[in-house]
Amino acid sequence: MTKKSREPLIHITKRKEMSWQGAWAIRLICIAAALMVCAVITTAATGLAPASVFGGVLNGAFGSPRKIWVLGKESAVLLCIAVAMAPSFRMRFWNLGGEGQVIIGTLITSALMIYLGDKIPNAVLIAMCLVGSVAAGAVWAGVPAFFKARWNTNETLFTLMMNYVAIQLVAYFIIIWESPRGSGKVGIINQSTSAGWLPSIGPFKYLLNILVVLLVTVLMYIYLQYSKQGYEIAVVGESQSTARYVGIKVDRVIIRTLLISGGVCGLCGFLMVAGTDHTITTTLAGGRGFLGVLVAWLAQFNPLAMVLVSLLLCVLSRGAGEISTSFGLNQSFCDILTGVILFFIIASEFFIHYQLHFRKGEKKEASHV
Amino acid sequence: MDSRSIAVSMRGITKTFGATVANDDVSLDIYKGEILSLLGENGSGKTTLMNMLSGIYFPDSGQISINGQPVTISSPREAFEHGIGMIHQHFKLVDVFTAAENIVLGLEEKGKLDLKRAAARIREICDAYGFDVDPQQKIYDMSVSQKQTVEIVKVLYRGADILILDEPTAVLTPQETEKLFAVLRNMRRDGKTVVIITHKLHEVEEISDRVAVLRKGRYIGEMKTSETNAQEMTNMMVGREVTLNINRPEPKDVRPRIRVEHLTVRSEDKVLKLDDVSFTAFGGEILGIAGISGCGQKELLESIAGLQPVESGEISYLHDDGSAESLLGKDPQEIARLGVSLSFVPEDRLGMGLVGSMDLTDNMMLRSFRRGSSVFADRRGPQRLAERVVRELEVNTPGISTPVRRLSGGNVQKVLVGREIASAPTVLLSAYAVRGLDINSSYVIYDLLNQQKRKGVAVVYVGEDLDVLLELCDRILVLCGGKVSGIVDGPGADKSTVGLMMTRLGGEK
Repeated sequence: MTKKSREPLIHITKRKEMSWQGAWAIRLICIAAALMVCAVITTAATGLAPASVFGGVLNGAFGSPRKIWVLGKESAVLLCIAVAMAPSFRMRFWNLGGEGQVIIGTLITSALMIYLGDKIPNAVLIAMCLVGSVAAGAVWAGVPAFFKARWNTNETLFTLMMNYVAIQLVAYFIIIWESPRGSGKVGIINQSTSAGWLPSIGPFKYLLNILVVLLVTVLMYIYLQYSKQGYEIAVVGESQSTARYVGIKVDRVIIRTLLISGGVCGLCGFLMVAGTDHTITTTLAGGRGFLGVLVAWLAQFNPLAMVLVSLLLCVLSRGAGEISTSFGLNQSFCDILTGVILFFIIASEFFIHYQLHFRKGEKKEASHV
Repeated sequence: MDSRSIAVSMRGITKTFGATVANDDVSLDIYKGEILSLLGENGSGKTTLMNMLSGIYFPDSGQISINGQPVTISSPREAFEHGIGMIHQHFKLVDVFTAAENIVLGLEEKGKLDLKRAAARIREICDAYGFDVDPQQKIYDMSVSQKQTVEIVKVLYRGADILILDEPTAVLTPQETEKLFAVLRNMRRDGKTVVIITHKLHEVEEISDRVAVLRKGRYIGEMKTSETNAQEMTNMMVGREVTLNINRPEPKDVRPRIRVEHLTVRSEDKVLKLDDVSFTAFGGEILGIAGISGCGQKELLESIAGLQPVESGEISYLHDDGSAESLLGKDPQEIARLGVSLSFVPEDRLGMGLVGSMDLTDNMMLRSFRRGSSVFADRRGPQRLAERVVRELEVNTPGISTPVRRLSGGNVQKVLVGREIASAPTVLLSAYAVRGLDINSSYVIYDLLNQQKRKGVAVVYVGEDLDVLLELCDRILVLCGGKVSGIVDGPGADKSTVGLMMTRLGGEK
């Protein structure tokens, strides 16, 4: 024997089923560890006391009623997009076109508000905006789905490219609609008449959006979990040959599911324009079509868990904005902190599913932690 | 036995995967120059134990010694350094490379790659043991048996003295198995040590010097093959008395059920898979389909089940009143809507018959979820069915909400067969229903098939173990290269005749 090889330092083994309490304990430990690392980085990089920076984050997110409402509004948008992704992701259809599907919804709503505002009753206009934008989002997702079902094209690339088509369309119409002339912006649509604007519930102008999104979330959860179609989606996602074996028409399920996915994105676009922003820009979705993908993954495609995840991400980003102004820190610094926290959240899933064994000195070892 | 020296000694080996204890304090000696059969049911830990010897897994505790030296083997490379080579059930070859390229792949020899010298050495090895390998042949041109030979030569090329073969005969015809065994005997003569993992008892008796039995991860015992018999080995494996005869109840009330006429099928890349196949399957009998794997068995069953586009021919379902209904061009749902109750146990259990990540209830639902007009799926019925299948077929599972992927092969198959017969079918198609199953589970499946036969179901049984086909089936259709080589009666059929029919049309010499 030339050299005696040694036992490897670390073994990774798969865990047995973990209780949900255990899983949450690991998640909390990971978040605590993340905050600790953030604290160390903060002190090392800026010399500020970590507690005050964390306080700044919380202040940015929850510091005043207005801040809380804005947080709710932003979370609702993110949640809505993540919920829209849920059915397609459960089907293992990697829809990266959330951005475009939302944008095309904003475009249709804006167009109807601009061209039909005050020409037809307000309720009819709102209904048309709703139907139109949902349909537009559905088409934007349905086209790649049709190609996937028919010719097995790559859905990731196709949905991604549809985003640019949508953005360019909006850019084109903004030039046509710009007001005042030369500003390059559309400005508030129907500011004087509020035609096509969603009513606000009492004085809370963001509340309706939040409620609608929560309702959609619950409906989506029920649809995926308990309906026959939801079951078909899960079977197609896990194994297309099993689906064919029991006579599920895979093509039809793919297209139908993406119409739903895109439709919810279109709804999100409608809520943004008619509900809160009352204007259109090319950056109205602002990358949240992609952030929604992250939310969906972190929540493991469970719409109810998405509520928590989108709230967490919005707290982090609102807080980041706050500390960058109040402490004079660069926005990038906040991105670093957000990155650290996300990294730990993702890592927690690894520790939930796997277990590490370290080499022990003695021969006889208790191999279980 | 004492006169021989110990090649490998494993002491107190324990290996766990999560809550599953795959090996529990196993101690096993392997002697130089012997052929040892490692026998055990599925999930008894045979493969896991050998994987630890070949460096795939690392034991949680225990000590392995080679030639008296304590060693740690933490990678396949280190296993090779100790002269241990394993031939896995699933071959690990690069399809587009030649035999020689595959054999030298991963070897770190000094100097530049010299395929000529390698080919010469490969021929030397082949001559020494009686292999038949062309070093220049590409893997994709090879039969399963040739690929296996390449795997064995690969291991020998690396200088292995201890060869481990994991169920090597599962993919071979009887004739190929004979050839393999001849080679193994030559290796034994040359002083090599061979461990063969199997659960085919007649092979154990034919090839091995010694048998070691594992049950549920524990080492049960060992004996000389010459001093034991199939019954004793089975009892040790299962842990209780088991009868080894397969029942073949006399078919009664047989009536034509499925008629296949001049069926021709091409695969997606236009390869002819079935060529002018005609036969009739009768209700109340088991029709066996024999053939080397990949001879059109899969396409035949999938054509009947409505999953395979057909080029020409006709498949009809015959009702009790004799009227015929064409199944051609209909998908499984349309077939079901005709009132034809057709069940299908496909070869790929987790990839086609079941959804691995779903639990038992949701898998039961696959067949029934469309029932009723509600938009919501009924889980109550499938849940009761899952409970019934678990109870009646003695499925070993922590509960009905366990993902089926976590169950062992035999239990997965029980779940699948249980669901398929729950719909009271009139036709039951099964592909390799006992592949990878241990004796106990296999007999459960044979019994279930016989029960269906007694109920008047037309059972089609595609199998690979000729002994079983001959004992179980009333008639056997032999396929050879997509053509019907012949149909023989089960009782009185001769194994070597059927074996020849599998390799040559009609079985002529």
